[in-house]
Amino acid sequence: MSKDFLLYLAVMAGVTYAVRMLPFVLVRGKIKSVYLQSFLFYVPYAVLAAMTFPYIFYSTQNVITALVGTVVAFALSFKRCSLIVVAAASAVFAYLTELVF
Amino acid sequence: MEKKEVQNSYIYGLGKGVPIALGYLSVSFGFGITAVSQGLKPLEAILISLTNLTSAGQVVGVGIIAAAGTLIEMMIAQLVINIRYCLMGLALTQKLDKGFNTFHRMLVSFGITDEIFGVAAAERGLINRRFMYGLITLPYFGWGLGTALGVYANYLLPDDLCAALGIAIYSMFMAIIVPPAKDDKGVLYTVMIAALASCAFYYVPVVSQISQGFSIIICALLAAGIMAYVAPRGEDE
Repeated sequence: MSKDFLLYLAVMAGVTYAVRMLPFVLVRGKIKSVYLQSFLFYVPYAVLAAMTFPYIFYSTQNVITALVGTVVAFALSFKRCSLIVVAAASAVFAYLTELVF
Repeated sequence: MEKKEVQNSYIYGLGKGVPIALGYLSVSFGFGITAVSQGLKPLEAILISLTNLTSAGQVVGVGIIAAAGTLIEMMIAQLVINIRYCLMGLALTQKLDKGFNTFHRMLVSFGITDEIFGVAAAERGLINRRFMYGLITLPYFGWGLGTALGVYANYLLPDDLCAALGIAIYSMFMAIIVPPAKDDKGVLYTVMIAALASCAFYYVPVVSQISQGFSIIICALLAAGIMAYVAPRGEDE
């Protein structure tokens, strides 16, 4: 394991832990600012959306299989299927498409 | 009576953690595949999972490592992506019983994830530390085990199947954001702004120079910043 990797790991794990631990240990009151509350409420959705698009289109060997997988994932998510079902079905359809092309 | 309740609560927490652990098994399986396909060694991917215990932060982190990004970029990216745990931690502090001294708060805070927070926050009344340790145990091992399975699946499964499995973790992100976006206009617009901005950073010539890590940070700040102003949330959320 390289020294570079260990540095990355230390920063990743350190920041992630600090973000969890500091408010949990130090802050005893409640957040008063509605703006800040709202901002924190929206952040996870924004992060996940920005992580998914457009990267999902390039997550398999070619764009066509990824597009098929994306459509399947969207349709099943829309139907409120569980995470596991959505993930497995989109991968299966991407794989089947790959076999065809 | 009270004593008995306390003794049972670790087991009670374990039980509540089972569905979370099963979900994590599959999400981290996807992470393992993604990490190795981006050039990480198996042990490196597993170490990341055991020390971070978070999906979005780890996927972006691996992207930054693969692109040989700077440590500053890694720091800001992890800060922005995981800042939600601040709010969750704050919310949980309102529900902790007296057994939570600083030492236990430091340990338990490591296990705050979206799902663990969700289950703990939904408990009636105060929660004690044994319950929290029980709740965190199985998801933690599920997260590590799933990563290991995903990492080695890369070696065991045929290449084209692994390539297809690469989409799994992104599909799971979609399954997380689509249902709430359907129900809530604020979430819907947040998701749309973030996705469009992210595509712009990817496709528009000059700004596509910006790395993936920074792009996600900017998109998240932009979308959440605008929507918090346009559609503020009420007290009860």
